[in-house]
Amino acid sequence: MDNVIQISYFASAVLFILGLKRMSSPVTARGGILWAGAGMLVATLITFFHPGMQNYLLMTVAIALGGGLALWSGKRVAMTDMPQMIALYNGMGGGAAGAIAAVELLRGEFPSTTFLTLAIAGALIGSVSFSGSLIAFAKLQGWARKPLRFPGQQVFNLALLAATAGIGAWLVIQGELAGGLVLLFFVLALAYGVMMALPIGGADMPVVISLFNALTGLAVAFEGFVLGNAAMIIAGTVVGSAGTLLTQLMAKAMNRSIGSVLFSAFGNIEESAGGEVAGSMKPIDATDVGVMMAYAERVVIVPGYGMAVAQAQHKIQELADMLTKRGVDVKFAIHPVAGRMPGHMNVLLAEANVPYELLYDLDEINPAFPKTDVALVIGANDVVNPVARTNPDSPIYGMPILNVDQAKNVIVIKRGQGKGFSGVENALFYADNARMLYGDGQAMVGELIQAIKEVQ
Amino acid sequence: MIAGMTALYIFMLAAFTGYEIISRVPVILHTPLMSGSNFVHGIVLVGAMVATGHAHTPLEQVIGFLGVMLAAGNAVGGYVVTERMLDMFKSSKKGAK
Repeated sequence: MDNVIQISYFASAVLFILGLKRMSSPVTARGGILWAGAGMLVATLITFFHPGMQNYLLMTVAIALGGGLALWSGKRVAMTDMPQMIALYNGMGGGAAGAIAAVELLRGEFPSTTFLTLAIAGALIGSVSFSGSLIAFAKLQGWARKPLRFPGQQVFNLALLAATAGIGAWLVIQGELAGGLVLLFFVLALAYGVMMALPIGGADMPVVISLFNALTGLAVAFEGFVLGNAAMIIAGTVVGSAGTLLTQLMAKAMNRSIGSVLFSAFGNIEESAGGEVAGSMKPIDATDVGVMMAYAERVVIVPGYGMAVAQAQHKIQELADMLTKRGVDVKFAIHPVAGRMPGHMNVLLAEANVPYELLYDLDEINPAFPKTDVALVIGANDVVNPVARTNPDSPIYGMPILNVDQAKNVIVIKRGQGKGFSGVENALFYADNARMLYGDGQAMVGELIQAIKEVQ
Repeated sequence: MIAGMTALYIFMLAAFTGYEIISRVPVILHTPLMSGSNFVHGIVLVGAMVATGHAHTPLEQVIGFLGVMLAAGNAVGGYVVTERMLDMFKSSKKGAK
């Protein structure tokens, strides 16, 4: 039986790697998750046949309960809320790794110090990922939007981490696992996860979620060593390294280093927001914009998270379709961090059946803006703010942006005169070639469609 | 049980594998892929089951139970949301044809 179990784990590790590999191309991605899912199913089922196990009823109830709740929430969640659901499920994985370590520490049967060290390290990382991900979830869900900061925070956090690691090291050196000390270790590790995530602003959250994702992978790999489970080691490590790279890619797209995301968030928002911008915002109404777009040669649509919140993606698709039929060249410009995560906007537009051949990323679309007649910005703000190019004092200076301001006409659909997620004033809105179309995204695009229809 | 050095080799090779897989991914798939990798570490379920299977005291059983529950949430939730996202890529392709 043991051989069958080992071979099954081997097979599931192979399925995971092939699955992730397939997920890296749009054509095979759909199959990829099925492969990985098959791997998970094989590994889970065969684990029931592990020799010398008990508590089967307990396990089955736990699986039914946890799996059932996740199935229910996962099916219901709106596409716009995907990032926080990923954070939530990721935190659960981290918590599970922590729980494994806790059970092993309570049993206290470690063949060598190496195993104990890995169990402790996995417990620390898993617990941090658990509580940190829950904070990330709460923030994106809008329960705690404002970053919490206080003087000496970094020193405090560092001390907290050092204390946690110190107790961990002490447990390893002593080799004796006193219950109270183990409990304190977990409490401190969980507290560190909370403190680590609290000061981070909403705009940086994707990077942090990705980092926690990588950390959970690592924690799973460590606990895999402790349990001597190759499938856990391989899957955990693959996620750990893939997640680390993904975190770097995201941070790079936002022109932030991982260090600056974690330790210095976006300065003091009140101060940085004060930058004066010359000019005024000039309103326009939908009829004029409709005519403008109907007779344009090239239109670029720049969607942001605000579009998704207004649920305007289906209307946008209708608009694009209509313009294309009139012979207008329509493109979508997707900033790497449009939405809440890299690729999030692509998912949202895919949901609305926008063909992905129309989606262009930053490097492809930027040279096209000077030749664009109308750039329609809907629900995007910071990613089209030219101060990122021009004002070295701005907190978003240096972030790669879509050069929308170079288009002949810029139309910005916006609910009101508020600022973007970073809290920085947007110079684009004051530019001479920019006009503001105030109103709800979905309603405004509806009016545009109506206006274009009347042109015919 | 996996001997020390062998474990280290597995760790090293798996780390490179993960890096290689991601380095060729187009930006449009970053969110689904992050979600997919989030699903893959749901394999922690296996570990939580083994740990619970060997739990004796009530405290161990309670923690084990919570561990299995969380892990099952990770695996099932990760799968459901990833599949939903990737499903959309399929439908968008059909729409284009």
